[in-house]
Amino acid sequence: MNTILTRRTGTAGVRHTARFSGWERQQEIWFYALISPWIVGFLMFTLGPMVASAIFSLTQWDLLTPAQWVGLANFAEMVADPLFWNALRVTIVYALGSVSLTIVVAMLVALLLNRNIRGQQFFRVIYYLPFVVSGVAVAWMWRIMYNPEFGVINLVLEFFGIQGPRWLASSAWALPSLIIMSVWGFGGNMVIFLAGLQGIPQHLYEAADIDGATGAAKFWHITLPLMTPAIFFALTTGLIGALQAFTTVYVMTSGGPGNATMVYGLYLYNNAFKFFKMGYASALAWVLFAIILIVTLLQFKLARQWVFYETEA
Amino acid sequence: MAHNTVTVRAGSIARARLVGDLIAYLLILLGAIIVTLPLVWMVTTALKQNYEVFLFPPRWLPETPMWSNFAYVFDLMPFGRFMLNTAIITQLNIIGDLLSCSIVAFAFARLKARGKNFMFLLVLSTMMLPFQVTMIPQFVLFRQLNWIDTFLPLVVPHFFANAYQVFLMRQFFLTIPKDLDEAAIIDGSNVLGVYWRIIMPLSGPIIVTVVIFSFLYHWNDFLAPLIYLNSEQNKTLALGLASILAYPAGGQGRWEILMAASTIALAPCIVLFFIGQKFFVQGIALTGLKG
Repeated sequence: MNTILTRRTGTAGVRHTARFSGWERQQEIWFYALISPWIVGFLMFTLGPMVASAIFSLTQWDLLTPAQWVGLANFAEMVADPLFWNALRVTIVYALGSVSLTIVVAMLVALLLNRNIRGQQFFRVIYYLPFVVSGVAVAWMWRIMYNPEFGVINLVLEFFGIQGPRWLASSAWALPSLIIMSVWGFGGNMVIFLAGLQGIPQHLYEAADIDGATGAAKFWHITLPLMTPAIFFALTTGLIGALQAFTTVYVMTSGGPGNATMVYGLYLYNNAFKFFKMGYASALAWVLFAIILIVTLLQFKLARQWVFYETEA
Repeated sequence: MAHNTVTVRAGSIARARLVGDLIAYLLILLGAIIVTLPLVWMVTTALKQNYEVFLFPPRWLPETPMWSNFAYVFDLMPFGRFMLNTAIITQLNIIGDLLSCSIVAFAFARLKARGKNFMFLLVLSTMMLPFQVTMIPQFVLFRQLNWIDTFLPLVVPHFFANAYQVFLMRQFFLTIPKDLDEAAIIDGSNVLGVYWRIIMPLSGPIIVTVVIFSFLYHWNDFLAPLIYLNSEQNKTLALGLASILAYPAGGQGRWEILMAASTIALAPCIVLFFIGQKFFVQGIALTGLKG
């Protein structure tokens, strides 16, 4: 039986290769031909600029007069620049706050929606909506809502007898305001989590029921482990995005009050296109890239300890 | 006896389940109200008269809706021009994204080649690269080409595929049975024929997803237009909106005008989302998981 099977697949394989050997070589040529737009774009708009940026970072250049080679002076300047450290701190606080809160809220809402509630589809769309609106218009909307005197947020708080803070106008509350606003877009993660929850095999819960497991135990030992790949996805992509925050900050606070919300992306933009310090801005850009690279690689490394893949089981 | 306890237990479990569902439902309803409140507030503010914006206690709905606020936005600044510019750029970007990403994704999903895994890893790794790293050299490049204050720097790079959408489309293409390609090849079709006549016609949901994604991204894009466009007649909606306070009589305190302008800018996004949401939400959920 075994030999017959081998022989059969063997001959089929031979015939297969005979007819497709030309085809396979052809495929390889086609493959590289078809991805050539990406390769060209990569060289022109990614790799080339990266190399150029690395070179710029070693110069002093205002775009108008010729660039001057300064070696590592830009990086030395950075270490001594309190605004650089401030931008770094603000960005890290923003990224950690925004990403973790967004994931927690998204998970809670996904769990609620996953109870096969009537109108689930409808609510899913409603919750997703804020994720698709973004940019300047949304920034204006929130800026007005955060107004201490007439903004809807403080009006609602007042209704409950709470004296709201001065939000964007207060250096203590400006950054938390931006974080709260970013959580509004939790729908993107929620949709992914909900799909993940719906993919968990029911028999696992049934088995746990037979063993008399409580709801909390089921969550900790079944739901959460099986959701870790989706959480990992949300964490990695979320941090990469949050570390580059720009538009909302630009419109809502311009980095103020003081430098309380001067995120890295905005500080970099100001250096490049306001102060025309192209060399210094390029150095800043490379440090940002290094940070994102380290954070992402670290996450992939740590993932082995907490992300659960079904194939391992 | 035993039978009795089972029914009693089953009954209390069912009751607990019902109460749980009710609480969940109320929470979800409350959440949905909180989530939509900002957008509702934006639209109602856009329809108020100026004095109504600052009433205390607040007036949730305007006494008479001021539709003229929307018209005023177009008097205040060349908003129609901004919309047209944004529409042109967005449209070209959608074409660029869709064409380039679908072809590249097709190659990754359907063709065998040495070095493919490495290339794919390279594509994915560019997702980590912040725009800020390439922004300055790109600016220098486009300045050399005399492309500053034209739409070209905003359009041309998007005809060369981007990692995110390549990934999205590849994930979808992988779910289409491979036999279809082989059958078509045996019938004498070439690779492009497979792409155009087999894969693309079966990829409606992901095409809708990519189109909507592209639309939302480029319609709202701010940083790139901010860098490249400076003359008034070339501005995009996002740029115009960001500088609205600089226009005479558009400024401080005219919240209703600000919200009217914001509503106009967001309306196409919301309409498009509701039209395409069936494919869109599913497309994201599907592809987000199979990392």
